[in-house]
Amino acid sequence: MASSPTSQREAKVRPKPVAGFAHRHLLDLDVLSREDIERILHDAAGFKDVFTRTVKKLPTLRGKTVVNLFFENSTRTRTSFELAAKRLSADVLNFAVSTSSVAKGESLLDTVRTIRALGADVIVMRHGSAGTPHLLAERLPNLSIINAGDGCHAHPTQGLLDMFTILEKRERIEGLQVVILGDILHSRVARSNIWGLRTMGAKVRVVGPKTLIPRGIEAMGVEVCHDLREGLQDADVINILRIQRERMTQNFFPSIREYTLLYGLTEERLRQWAKPDALVMHPGPINRGIEIGQAVADGPQSTIEEQVTNGVAVRMAVLYLLCGGSE
Amino acid sequence: MRDSGHTRSQRLMSPEDIERTLRGIARGIAEIEGGFDDLALVGIRRRGVPLAQRLQHLLSPSRPDAIPLGQLDITLYRDDLSSLGPQPIIGPTDLPFDVDGRTIVLVDDVIFTGRTVRAALEALVSYGRPHAVRLAVLVDRGHREYPIQPDAVGLRVETDPNQVIEVRLTETDGQECVDLLTPDPSPPTEA
Repeated sequence: MASSPTSQREAKVRPKPVAGFAHRHLLDLDVLSREDIERILHDAAGFKDVFTRTVKKLPTLRGKTVVNLFFENSTRTRTSFELAAKRLSADVLNFAVSTSSVAKGESLLDTVRTIRALGADVIVMRHGSAGTPHLLAERLPNLSIINAGDGCHAHPTQGLLDMFTILEKRERIEGLQVVILGDILHSRVARSNIWGLRTMGAKVRVVGPKTLIPRGIEAMGVEVCHDLREGLQDADVINILRIQRERMTQNFFPSIREYTLLYGLTEERLRQWAKPDALVMHPGPINRGIEIGQAVADGPQSTIEEQVTNGVAVRMAVLYLLCGGSE
Repeated sequence: MRDSGHTRSQRLMSPEDIERTLRGIARGIAEIEGGFDDLALVGIRRRGVPLAQRLQHLLSPSRPDAIPLGQLDITLYRDDLSSLGPQPIIGPTDLPFDVDGRTIVLVDDVIFTGRTVRAALEALVSYGRPHAVRLAVLVDRGHREYPIQPDAVGLRVETDPNQVIEVRLTETDGQECVDLLTPDPSPPTEA
């Protein structure tokens, strides 16, 4: 791509974020404007700065209560939200489904009403069914709901932290070619990334076997490619998704071995087929030797560990912004 | 006095006044501290930042860099972050020196309730344990709500709580003055 030095310099000048943030909930990225996303990423940079201090804690959400309500197993997302809330001095409660009354037959809405009665201000929620956080946001409008993953639908904070990582490494998002590689069909990470990246002006290409790419996904403004070599050639960012064996109810590909053979990103393929400075991202947990090669995961182009750190900063920004008033 | 809208404005300081006042503040700091060995200046955003920079040049004209300079954004430490309005945008904080053991002079344009300085102190100690913290302000307008007093003051003004001290600096506002604004108590009835 031929761009003049001047335009590159201009691209580095980040726009000043707008003051307002008129959202009570974060359910997905499709309802956020470009200004909203820029505001979150801007504030996240301020929060990341706190990690370098002696005291990695702010008094900002003192007196607020954040409840992590997880109906699906999750360690990394829950601990990331927990640390984000704690670094903002909020009180944090963790509700895991196996230990709560839900196992005793309580309905979802009653569980959440109970949590509200405990004085919760924000509920961070993960659920196996798409749309559950949306339902709660509709029924309980005076709480803030953050979607931490609903089924195969959305995972907005993962999309935001991936964009934050790209912005930090490349100083822009607009105009970049982002490849999302792997199981797009079952991936809420893919969907949230696509919404956000398209809003921010990136080009998105999904790469994977026909069985793992939903039909009609072109309507989201993405390009579809089934050949890894062809798909990687001009990528600035390669975001690799985990093969989610636990979500696969039927045979989407003949074997893990064949998937790795066709779509696994090995060191050799990365070197030969991709640009030398392409970022390699993965939301984790990684299946080493399956969708990502050992050396790629630990290589210089990998941002995997950085994404984990950035996740806390981005979640702090989301908590901070949702706890403000809308007017 | 000049009128602008329904607000009366009184000029408190001209550019020359500001310059003279800052020299006085610099002398005040020099008197308290004696030497500058472990001194650092930290401006509270936004207008404390250019003031701190000017004090740096006044305190050490031949070698300003000998006194480290930092800036502090206190947004996240404010005690009035609530559900009343949208959250303020976070500004940069930059303390390019080790806070531990240093004497830090916090610099701001106006001291009013003392809440900004309280927040600044909390922000500062999250970076380390300073030997001492001093406070220098261009204008003290009274009405403190916390037991916080400046060590070096340019101008003390008697004000009513509803008046506004407007500080304009070349670096942040393109002009240089300090005005006292008084809202008109009896706005004209609508025609």
